[in-house]
Amino acid sequence: MAVYEHTYKQYAGEVTPRWSRFLILPRHSYRSIFQSKFFIAYFIFCLAWPLVCSVLIYLHHNTEALAVMELAVRRLVPVDAEFFQNFVVYQGMAAFGLTLLVGPPLISRDQTNNALPLYLSRPFSRAEYVLGKMSVLLILLSLITWIPGLLLFLFQSYLEGWAWFAQNIRIAGAIFLGSWIWILLLALMSLAISSWVKWRMAASAALIGVFFIPSAFAEVINRIFYTRWGDLISLRALIGAAWAGLFGTFVRQAGRIRSFNPRRTLFVDLFQPPLWSAWLMLFAICAVCLLLLYRKVRAYEVVN
Amino acid sequence: MKPVIDLNGLSVQFGEKQILKDLTAELRGRAIGLLGPNGAGKTTLIHTLLGFHPPSSGTAHIFGQEIMAGAEEIRAFIGYMPERDSFIAKMSCVHFVRLMAELSGLPSDAALERAHEALFYVGLGEARYRTLETYSLGMKQLAKLAQAIVHGPKLIILDEPTNGLDPPTRLRMIRLIREIRDGHQAHILISSHLLRDVEECCEEILILKEGRIATYCNLEEERKANRKFLEMETRGDSRAFVEAIGRMGCEYALTNERRVKLVLQNGVEIRDLYKLAAEQKVQIRRLNYKRDSLEDIFLKAMENENGGL
Repeated sequence: MAVYEHTYKQYAGEVTPRWSRFLILPRHSYRSIFQSKFFIAYFIFCLAWPLVCSVLIYLHHNTEALAVMELAVRRLVPVDAEFFQNFVVYQGMAAFGLTLLVGPPLISRDQTNNALPLYLSRPFSRAEYVLGKMSVLLILLSLITWIPGLLLFLFQSYLEGWAWFAQNIRIAGAIFLGSWIWILLLALMSLAISSWVKWRMAASAALIGVFFIPSAFAEVINRIFYTRWGDLISLRALIGAAWAGLFGTFVRQAGRIRSFNPRRTLFVDLFQPPLWSAWLMLFAICAVCLLLLYRKVRAYEVVN
Repeated sequence: MKPVIDLNGLSVQFGEKQILKDLTAELRGRAIGLLGPNGAGKTTLIHTLLGFHPPSSGTAHIFGQEIMAGAEEIRAFIGYMPERDSFIAKMSCVHFVRLMAELSGLPSDAALERAHEALFYVGLGEARYRTLETYSLGMKQLAKLAQAIVHGPKLIILDEPTNGLDPPTRLRMIRLIREIRDGHQAHILISSHLLRDVEECCEEILILKEGRIATYCNLEEERKANRKFLEMETRGDSRAFVEAIGRMGCEYALTNERRVKLVLQNGVEIRDLYKLAAEQKVQIRRLNYKRDSLEDIFLKAMENENGGL
């Protein structure tokens, strides 16, 4: 039908498969997200550390380059599980920054403009809407976390040989799973906050608050009660423990402190909460976020 | 033919409050008007038909599809224009309408093509690259209409489409609705409390009051039925004229020397009256179809329930 015909006609062409429709949302979102020069600059910055890591890996296997730079291999950071764990930690921090930029307006903007009835009056469910909005973050965060992580792992395997790959395959699994847990958590938390807080700045502040305030409280609890169980409310500690567990570097004994007893010296061993409790807490946080989204992502709210 | 909307004892309850009470009706018209005072349950009925609120009892079917079990299928052939300002921020209008078309299942290229067409159709062709935030209220209403029709739905639900529009934009909106209706490509459900708009567009009316159906009326049939009632103002020997009318088999009443009311019988046309008037040397100065206006029907419906508005 040509534009000049100016008549109402039903659409009789082919339709896209249902399963793929949630991907429409990230495609349209990226158009506006990548219009921001600040965002592009930050996104490029997020890829700087993977580049540094790839140079480090390359130097480990290039004696000529080391000779030119007058460096000994032992002075370089060893490429092992800890190396990749640090990579996941640094990229995790970058992912948090990226989430702060992209996440808060994802749902709040639609709610402010009453757009939800427009989405949900189409063959597009609430679950697809949430999945579509989540995909905006999941795809972006994947590009700076597990995808470069696995590329680095493959690069190292290529340079080191098949034996190294076979011996350290667990590292690849840890990079993939550890990154996914973190980006899923970030996406769910930012969407849940975005659905409840309509003002973008407030939503960003709430996301920072959710990350840092419980961590501060956790530290207070740990100091007062000579324990590490306070870590269960610290997102930073929880995800740190989960990553350490995945990379095989988790140690329960976190240290020993001297108790303030004037009559005799008393040392208290500090143990981190068991790994299962960290995983349980992470799943609980995800479940709460899903519940918040379920309550708030509706075409219309029924106000009592 | 399956009814467009079939309500079978539909009730909706929010908490303790019952909003819709046992609605039963079959609506088959090309353009269906949903009338009622504020808070009558018009918007709740629309939301229930769209599957936003589950019925507390009873059910409804749209083109034979049950609204809860077939919600996804129903939404594929429905276009919805919400009452409130609804749009997606920081998007040009054509981008917005295209996104809505894609969500309805159109491939990206077809969606873009139809978005342009829909915007030209509603009269926003020249402004389609502007962001929605810069639109006036009337333009936003037209953009909402464009997103409702972009995927070519079989049923278009318009919730207060002329709300807040200035007279020229209102006329444009009414003209568009009538064009879609007369194109026989889609059915239209219009919810409004503006009787004039509904009267101009609709052929079937459902009037709600306090969550119940106060009146169902087929305006088209009503109009046909009332076609026989005429009111005339004459000059000349009206008595001889009405007697001659009586001899044609029509009932008549002479309210005064100049005013005649009559019921046309089958086979008697208006031109027969003019011929008769010419024979009797009577001038017909004014001739009106006397039928109930929608306002009369609406007021009657409001009074029927508890004696007043």
